[in-house]
Amino acid sequence: MLQVRCPWCGDRDVTEFSYGGQAEVSYPADPAAASDEDWAQFLFFRDNPKGLFKERWVHTHGCRRWFDLERDTR
Amino acid sequence: MRFVFAGKQYEGRDGETLAAALVRNGVLGGFISGYRGRPRGVYCAGEEEPNALVQIGSRPMQRATLVELEDGLVAEPVAGKGRLVAPDTTRYDHVHAHCDVLIVGAGRSGRAIARPAGGRVLLADGLLDDEEVTLGRTWVVGLYEGNYALAVERGRRLWKIRARHVVLATGAHERPPVFADNDRPGLMLASAAERYGNPAGVTPVSGGWSPRVHLWSQAGGRLRWDDRICAPVPDGTLPNVACMGRLTGDRLPDAPPFGIPDGDEDAMFVDLERDATVADVRRAIKAGLRSVEHVKRYTSIGTGSDQGKLGNVNAIRVAAELLGVHPGELGTTTFRPPYIPVSFALLAGRNRGPLYDPVRVTPIHPWHVVHGAVFENVGQWHRPRYFPRDGESMDDAVLRECTAAREHVAIQDVSTLGKIDVQGPDAAEFLNRIYTNAFDTLAVGMCRYGVMCKADGMVLDDGVVMHVGEERYVCTTTTGNAALVLAWMEEWLQTEWPNLRVWLASVTEQYATAAIVGPDARDHLAGLTDIPLDAESFPFMAIREGEVGGIPARVCRVSFSGELAYEVNVDGRRGLELWATVFAAGKITPYGTEAMHVLRAEKGYPIVGQETDGTVTPVDLGMDWIVSKRKRDFLGMRSLSRSDTSRADRKHLVGLLPQERVAEGAQLVPGPGHVTSSYQSAALGRPFALALLARGRERIGETVHADGVAAEVVESVLYDREGARRDGRPA
Repeated sequence: MLQVRCPWCGDRDVTEFSYGGQAEVSYPADPAAASDEDWAQFLFFRDNPKGLFKERWVHTHGCRRWFDLERDTR
Repeated sequence: MRFVFAGKQYEGRDGETLAAALVRNGVLGGFISGYRGRPRGVYCAGEEEPNALVQIGSRPMQRATLVELEDGLVAEPVAGKGRLVAPDTTRYDHVHAHCDVLIVGAGRSGRAIARPAGGRVLLADGLLDDEEVTLGRTWVVGLYEGNYALAVERGRRLWKIRARHVVLATGAHERPPVFADNDRPGLMLASAAERYGNPAGVTPVSGGWSPRVHLWSQAGGRLRWDDRICAPVPDGTLPNVACMGRLTGDRLPDAPPFGIPDGDEDAMFVDLERDATVADVRRAIKAGLRSVEHVKRYTSIGTGSDQGKLGNVNAIRVAAELLGVHPGELGTTTFRPPYIPVSFALLAGRNRGPLYDPVRVTPIHPWHVVHGAVFENVGQWHRPRYFPRDGESMDDAVLRECTAAREHVAIQDVSTLGKIDVQGPDAAEFLNRIYTNAFDTLAVGMCRYGVMCKADGMVLDDGVVMHVGEERYVCTTTTGNAALVLAWMEEWLQTEWPNLRVWLASVTEQYATAAIVGPDARDHLAGLTDIPLDAESFPFMAIREGEVGGIPARVCRVSFSGELAYEVNVDGRRGLELWATVFAAGKITPYGTEAMHVLRAEKGYPIVGQETDGTVTPVDLGMDWIVSKRKRDFLGMRSLSRSDTSRADRKHLVGLLPQERVAEGAQLVPGPGHVTSSYQSAALGRPFALALLARGRERIGETVHADGVAAEVVESVLYDREGARRDGRPA
């Protein structure tokens, strides 16, 4: 089983964590000002690279803290 | 000690395996092959045994070479197939372990590493058990990512081991030579014959040795063909996995010369358990198969419960010989876990029957059981669905319970609703962002219904928010969504709004809640509480603190039925006491989730997950009134003006009056649309339904068909549209 390094708790089994999608996709500062196009980009479009990918994870069955990690999808 | 094999009694010795005892007693045959019915006998002394399979009680397909003898043991030979015996009363356990070094194999090399090693060391061996072996008679059956190992102790205990380093000292198997009738009883691998003390009548045979490369290969290690021993050996390196001793080919004798001899190829066995022969391999190759993986699938070699421990290397050598190529060119088949057969019962461990999934019950549950509730599972909760009186059908019970709530007084245990305590100076601002409606305008001592959406504008959950004190709220959630909503709130607080000073705690199980519902609810409670109950001093959506039946209580005037209702929250530990007190005060009808569903549907109140499915906005539900136009932003706000969410032809929540009861999920024609809830109504005296229907709100009065049943489209609120019953029986 894969282990994930929680920045607060250390190495833990991946089953203790939940995946939260691509990292660094911030909630727009002024949603009302966003065009339909920009808002749809924020809601629905994510990268899917072959290689290093920054992701959000949360230690659901541990400290319940969110953090970013980098995963090699290859 | 005594044991029985195939109906005959034998004398056994302490510490012997069943196979050893059989051989010592002169039983050199006694088994039958699974496919061709050929007589067979014990061939090996370990886990690679292909012939000597027995059933012992509820345990099928046991290898006699691994069965530890005990007094009174009864073993039946099985020809390739065991029997499942239910129930299996054996207790199986799981153990989690962490170590610095896991050494697999307690032979010479394994022990040499274990003795001086510091830190936490586990030395595992499938066959041996002595004071040096920490995991005696324990097979490591799988080696996975990150040195996660699964091991099976005596078939009954599953070890889940995380090891910093793994040392494989798994040794080697002897393999049989290939010649006609190489499966005859009395023939035995030379190493096994030696182990059994070279008993009379045994003819030792040997075709060389094959390292046990299985775990190395499972972990992702490469293999190379070693010409000297004529078998694959570990190649290259893996992080934190080392190979030692005979596994690497060291100290193994040179392989004897190999060739397919003259004679009956159909009696030259390559895989004894699968009864596959040189003739089978030749047929596969004649059929055009060249890859060893294809030959395996064509002949079934290596697919028996011994997983080809004895036969696979010979299969490669035979195929190479017939193809005229070097065996190293053919590669090997893939080694997959588990290394030895593992029972499903062992993998399940104690997670079966009542322990399969956690069961959640409310503090009032014992009362429900005593009073004959029929339960349904809502997530992990067991909730009363209805309370049938003697002989009553579900439909009859639900009609009776609904009538009691609409005409008299009824009570439901709603303790399962999720409850999240939200505190902090920014709590109101936080709720303003999470819910579609406003909470900064909610006074202390009042509560408000709220809907929350995901950023895409689709309904996520709903519930009542109680403003219980300065900077303090309690949010209720749908029973099945309590954990999800807490996680959702935590996510936004941590990732987008870390500046908000808000703290969350799940308090679902800290409270027990009873909903007391119906026009007589006020009269019923009046003698039990010091809280003034008249509509003026205790109006709709107000919260009052006081005592109910002597128990400190927080009472809310919220209603999920449209009737006058009081939801009484008390310390969870006093829930049963509250319940009993309310029943002692007079006639009151307990009702379950089914009646609750009917009552709320009559009022057009949606249930998240029933009327919604992640594609439904508050506006689709006809709840435009709950979507704030005043707030700068809330989760989902921007999405409600997207071109798709503001389409005129979206599905709307409507009511249906069908001629007979229709099925939930039935498609509506003309649609698109479908039935989301469907019940028989006591109050309406007829079947009704809720549905999502394209342009539904513009189609009131039209007729649609559900599964061929005609239904009139009506407003979603079917009962008491004016809300006249909210404060009690209308004058």
